[in-house]
Amino acid sequence: MQLRDFVIRFGAEGGGGIVTASEILAQSATQVGYHALTFSTFPSQIMGGPVWTQTRISVNPVLSAGDDVDVLVAFNQEAYDNHRGDVREEGVIIYDSGEFQLEDESRSLGLPLDDLAKSTGNARAANMVVIGALAQLFGMPQDDLDEFVTKRFTRGRAGDQEIIAANLKAMYLGREQVTGSGFSIGELAPPSMPDYEQVMLAGNQAMSLGALAAGLDFYAGYPISPATTMLVYMERNLVGPGKFAYQVSSEIESITAIVGAGFAGKKAMTATAGPGFSLMSEGLGLAWMAEIPLVVVDVQRGGPATGLPTKTEQSDLMACMFPAHGDVRLPVIAVGSVEECFYGAIKAISWAERYQGPVILMSEISVADRVQNILKPDISKVEAEQRIVHQGSNGYHRYSGFELSPMPIPGNPGAYMANGSEHDEMGDTTHLPERHIQMTERRFSKIKLLEEDEYERDQADQPVVMMPWGGTKGPALEAYNTMKEQGIPIGWFYTMLLNPLPPKLLEELKKKELVIVPELNYQGQFSSILRSQGVRAQSITQYTGLPFKVRDLISKITEMTQSHIKEVVRA
Amino acid sequence: MSKKNPEYDFKWCPGCGDFGVRRSLEFAMIDRLEETGLPMENNVVVAGIGCSGNLVHLLEGSQPYGFHGIHGRSLPIAMGVKMARPDLNVIIVAGDGDFLSIGAEHIGPQASRNLNVCAVIMDNGVYGLTKGQSSPTTKLDVITPSTPYGKIEAQLNPLELYLTLGVSFIASGFSSQPRPLAKLISQGMNHPGFSIIHIQSPCTTYNDTFEELKGNVKKGIEPTLWDIPDTHDPSDRAAAYGLLQEGGVPVGVIYNDESRPTLDQRAESIRQKANPKSVQELMDSFQF
Repeated sequence: MQLRDFVIRFGAEGGGGIVTASEILAQSATQVGYHALTFSTFPSQIMGGPVWTQTRISVNPVLSAGDDVDVLVAFNQEAYDNHRGDVREEGVIIYDSGEFQLEDESRSLGLPLDDLAKSTGNARAANMVVIGALAQLFGMPQDDLDEFVTKRFTRGRAGDQEIIAANLKAMYLGREQVTGSGFSIGELAPPSMPDYEQVMLAGNQAMSLGALAAGLDFYAGYPISPATTMLVYMERNLVGPGKFAYQVSSEIESITAIVGAGFAGKKAMTATAGPGFSLMSEGLGLAWMAEIPLVVVDVQRGGPATGLPTKTEQSDLMACMFPAHGDVRLPVIAVGSVEECFYGAIKAISWAERYQGPVILMSEISVADRVQNILKPDISKVEAEQRIVHQGSNGYHRYSGFELSPMPIPGNPGAYMANGSEHDEMGDTTHLPERHIQMTERRFSKIKLLEEDEYERDQADQPVVMMPWGGTKGPALEAYNTMKEQGIPIGWFYTMLLNPLPPKLLEELKKKELVIVPELNYQGQFSSILRSQGVRAQSITQYTGLPFKVRDLISKITEMTQSHIKEVVRA
Repeated sequence: MSKKNPEYDFKWCPGCGDFGVRRSLEFAMIDRLEETGLPMENNVVVAGIGCSGNLVHLLEGSQPYGFHGIHGRSLPIAMGVKMARPDLNVIIVAGDGDFLSIGAEHIGPQASRNLNVCAVIMDNGVYGLTKGQSSPTTKLDVITPSTPYGKIEAQLNPLELYLTLGVSFIASGFSSQPRPLAKLISQGMNHPGFSIIHIQSPCTTYNDTFEELKGNVKKGIEPTLWDIPDTHDPSDRAAAYGLLQEGGVPVGVIYNDESRPTLDQRAESIRQKANPKSVQELMDSFQF
């Protein structure tokens, strides 16, 4: 049997390196021309606790982590107990027989992983034993793996050759074990190597690169899962002339420091997650009020307060759009794939500079931590926007009129007061009603500058359509493709630009009988925003801390379309 | 521009100490302009929220850039400005409530960083703008609207706090001495590192301490202000501690350490040795 799509899940105690194992598997698969995507989820602790990771390998570009597991690799009894139900009937369970025994499981293959690893002379090679076993199970040629291992462990150190030899030996041992067992899953259909250049990276890495490509100058951040990797990346790489990246002492410092940097003429950004975002509330209101360009990335995690620091959710949308007290509604861009992480960051920085104010860039764990192969973005084609700067003399009225006025930069003529209190055109504090009216309208009028008609549409003439946002895009698109094949009458809309929505998109949505919004939160936040703009939107919600399964989406959406048709007929 | 702006409707009470501080700051900035030849727009004044924060609107003559932000956050805003543009002269103006209560969490980190900004702190021992509540520097047992039975927490000694946290230049001044105060502010602005000029700037409406500070011979009241003698060595940390144990309000430079690199200098030395990759090289590193 030829497989076109293949899902491997690893379950273990945290700290054992299975995140690395799933990434190695993905890397080795993409190296030979397959597409791959990883997903991982774990408790909030350095070591220990139940961790599971998943790699999906396919001959086509991968949209989601996959519902059903073809091979489960269980490193302990708990992993087996938790995940056996997700393994499809013809699937295989590989387990660590040095750790526990499975007597009544016919689909299982026990491997004494530690003993096998130790016999290679490298006790840490257990993951390679597993990868060898997996490669044998789905008939992956060893030549490619040899090349991959050699590349990965050639680091210009004295012990390189030994380590390579031990890892290769571990792989062969894994293969031997499977060969002798009689287990097989089938054979992976041959890959068709894409005819374009590819990169393989995580969402947070792509987003950091996008920001750098857009000319980011200044980054301040505070460690918080799952945004920390961006801080770490920036600290290492944002160090050129005139650049600065720094770990400050709280998210209050992050936001106010980038307010200062934005005021001083720099492209400034921070990245955080829920609790840090809450602390930034007042500072975001300040940036809106004083008209300071900056970008805040919110990599969403689960729940209010400390909540679920390592689980995925889409429950910050309202907070991102309305983060502060007073009349504030911030521009919001939400990314739904690793590729969009890159382009979303460029868009967010461009928006901030264009309208001279704060922009929120939303991501979420399932996108931020996901490692995926994508078309290599062409850096030379990135056109990030620059701020319109005041070039004239002193005595300038920075907050004059409506929409936009060129921004003076400290050190140059045009000194003014950037003011978080209500102010007149010079920036001086005022309490006059007519001035508060004018300035409030001025701030909102600038949002119009961000209206762009960038969105996806398919079967757009259908009266019932689906429109996911953010990371739900992947599983929703997979569900949509399947439903389209099945002839279920439904259309597709999607955009990264949640506020302001592309005007033409909004026009189209308003004409729909029903817009179905799958989203990972309890309240149905996006559908309620759409309803407030005159769209007949209804959510499919989930709040488990995990992404949607494609299967669940198909059944719920099908059900909603059918009951909608019944209602229409009855009416 | 601001003083003649009819729309700007903020006023200090008659006799407010902040008038003197404003005058001193103007002196210091004009002196700097004359000494360095750099335009006034090279100065950025970041203000806290409170009566003192409005100082930034009231300056006469050519204007520095101003930032009137949010309560307690003048230090991190100033850090953003300074680290974005180390060539700018960044000054903070804030009061005891803003700087020492809600904003106190930022003093320690900036001291460790030795951020090269000068903080001009106006201490009136009270929350004036909200009408007289107790602040960290209000004395124990004092009755205010928010301490109707007397204040039940000890009075903070800000100078000791700054010294303990590692602020590299600490001076203490009085609002009614504009010229000597201007000199302290100039020293602070020229100091390579984090400087704080902590100023007694009494509130004539809610906490008038002028008489207590200056003394009154007729009433037999001894002044609490006293000039730091020339014999004091500000580079001697132990001597600085000793000075602060003598009570009253010392006036002059308490501590001065010019040996530490500033945050922007450290950042620059990292830039020199980091040899960062271009965005294209970074992208290429993910190619396979």
